[in-house]
Amino acid sequence: MGAYYLRLALRALRNSPVLTALMVLALAVGIGASMTMLTVLHVLSGDPLPGRSAHLYYPQVDPRPLARGSNGNPEPPGLLTYIDAENLLHQGKATRAAVMYQGGDVVQPPAGSALHPFVVNSRLTGRDFFSMFEVPFHYGAPWSAADDAGAAHVAVISRSLDRKLFGGADSVGRMLGFGGHSFRIVGVLAHWRPVPRFYDLNASRFGQIEDVFIPFNTARALNLGVNGTTNCYGQTTGNLDTSPCGYIQMWVQLDSRRAAAAYRRFLADYSAQQHAAGRFQRQPNVRLDDLMQWLAYNHVVPEDVRMQAWLALGFLLVCVVNTVGLLLAKFLRRSGEIGVRRALGASRRAIFAQLLIEAGMIGAAGALLGLLLTWLGLWAVRQQPSDYASLAHLQPAMLVATLALALLASLVAGLLPAWRACLIAPALQLKSS
Amino acid sequence: MLEMREVSKVYRTETVETHALRGFSLKVDEGEFVAVTGPSGSGKTTFLTIAGLLEDFTRGEYLLDHVNVHGMNDNQRSRLRNEKIGFVFQAFNLIPDLNVLDNVEVPLHYRHMSGGERRKRALAALERVGLSARLKHYPAELSGGQQQRVAIARALAGGPRLLLADEPTGNLDTAMARGVMELIEEIHREGATIIMVTHDPELAARAQRNVHIVDGMATGVSEEPRFHPGLRERTAGDVSLPRS
Repeated sequence: MGAYYLRLALRALRNSPVLTALMVLALAVGIGASMTMLTVLHVLSGDPLPGRSAHLYYPQVDPRPLARGSNGNPEPPGLLTYIDAENLLHQGKATRAAVMYQGGDVVQPPAGSALHPFVVNSRLTGRDFFSMFEVPFHYGAPWSAADDAGAAHVAVISRSLDRKLFGGADSVGRMLGFGGHSFRIVGVLAHWRPVPRFYDLNASRFGQIEDVFIPFNTARALNLGVNGTTNCYGQTTGNLDTSPCGYIQMWVQLDSRRAAAAYRRFLADYSAQQHAAGRFQRQPNVRLDDLMQWLAYNHVVPEDVRMQAWLALGFLLVCVVNTVGLLLAKFLRRSGEIGVRRALGASRRAIFAQLLIEAGMIGAAGALLGLLLTWLGLWAVRQQPSDYASLAHLQPAMLVATLALALLASLVAGLLPAWRACLIAPALQLKSS
Repeated sequence: MLEMREVSKVYRTETVETHALRGFSLKVDEGEFVAVTGPSGSGKTTFLTIAGLLEDFTRGEYLLDHVNVHGMNDNQRSRLRNEKIGFVFQAFNLIPDLNVLDNVEVPLHYRHMSGGERRKRALAALERVGLSARLKHYPAELSGGQQQRVAIARALAGGPRLLLADEPTGNLDTAMARGVMELIEEIHREGATIIMVTHDPELAARAQRNVHIVDGMATGVSEEPRFHPGLRERTAGDVSLPRS
């Protein structure tokens, strides 16, 4: 019967091309608008490290003086001071831990290169950064624990910098001139672009990763500057590491809920200890969010994107309601035919199935056109100046979701009209005709 | 073939109660040709739609081919209607988007028949009504008489045991009406049981038996049932055109 219903549906749609086109267009526009915004929302709110994000935590303590921020945010600040970062790194019990900050300096091209010196961003961190975040390597490997401890002049560079400086060749072992110092390259990253750039939400949240990675201790020993947010809570000394200034992010890997609870207690104990010592003025005020909680806490998905997604879904609802009206008109106009079919032996269920298949075909056409409109919508988003614009691409999962949503919308739109039509009393139709 | 006992049909609205049939009883035997007559609004069509399982009745009992239809759900009624009853309407009620062949195949689709079997039965039915040369024509391309013949072919294609005709010549001119009536009589002579609702006393006179309805009640039966030769002894079996 399915093939017969399909043939009938095609014939019925062909018989009223304008009405059919209106319904397909209404669905397609609704689908296009909502899928464009849902795709953007999906991209921005995705898990940057699926499978690992539940084990990665961002610790916070509160070193602010009482006078500061008492009327403001009660939550502890998002950046650690150098002293707290060092203490937490060495005292805390985590499977892995890395402190980090963003720097930036001038890269000196190799001798003989036609390039002029240029500025790149750097991430100054520990070797656990790479294993904790499963950063892929194209050449080489992360630096060693000894390099971390000994503040060795080593660096890992991005694939794009490797291409720029060395034409994409294996540059492991070669020297990198950066910030007036020389670093031995130990690794070249493969393409890696976590979305969002979760490990440092103070800089560009959806931007590219840094081009140069240098051990944290090396950076501090060389006094490589901060190219990111610095929040100072009191009198500075001229030395960032001894001033009450937060500029460091820290991530820890905790493999179980129990380990996370223990680490949270450790943060509270540490804060109490610092409070007792007079370094912290506030009572222990700590947070330990896992990765996804941290993203939610920081409202990584822009509010306007959420709002637009809701509006687009509302628009889709309006389109579906319109389609319901059009389908209702279309089906009830065929009361006579439905009455005849009922008289000839069609059950209500058969009529319902026939009309629902017709609605489904409208949905299928709406899905295809909606897909095209989604593609156009995402292209329009990519023309926007926002930092997530370049990420707005249709992904396979969203493509399937688009088709499913269109089909679902059309079937939902078809339910009421098909139900009303299958309740048509055949006797009444045949009498009136 | 058909037996109604004390069947009543009441249409109710919030303010009005209309009795379309009141204690209506009728028995039609296999192979009979019965004409149901009566003035407008007397309940003729209501009787026909109840007989055709298109409408439920309020009270009474209805046996179709010895099966009590009371309490059947929509699926069961639809199936019974599809297998045992053929309809011919005054307004032909062909589906305008379908050609002649497709129109005749419509009831067969609901019997989940193979494509080949459907085609065979539809062609046989169209040949029976003399329209095998018009298979690809659409209803609008046919005369009224031809459309009614297609409707008759559609009714016969499934091999029903009962043919219900509601003013089958009501929309036709005299010549066409004569042709259609002759076809119906021919189908009857071949063994079909036919119940025909009509206003026309001349047409009613061509049936074997007349049932007159006034105010929802059968007020008179014109004569004893008579069967065409060869059918009196038959109690069941294949009495109509090709059937499943």
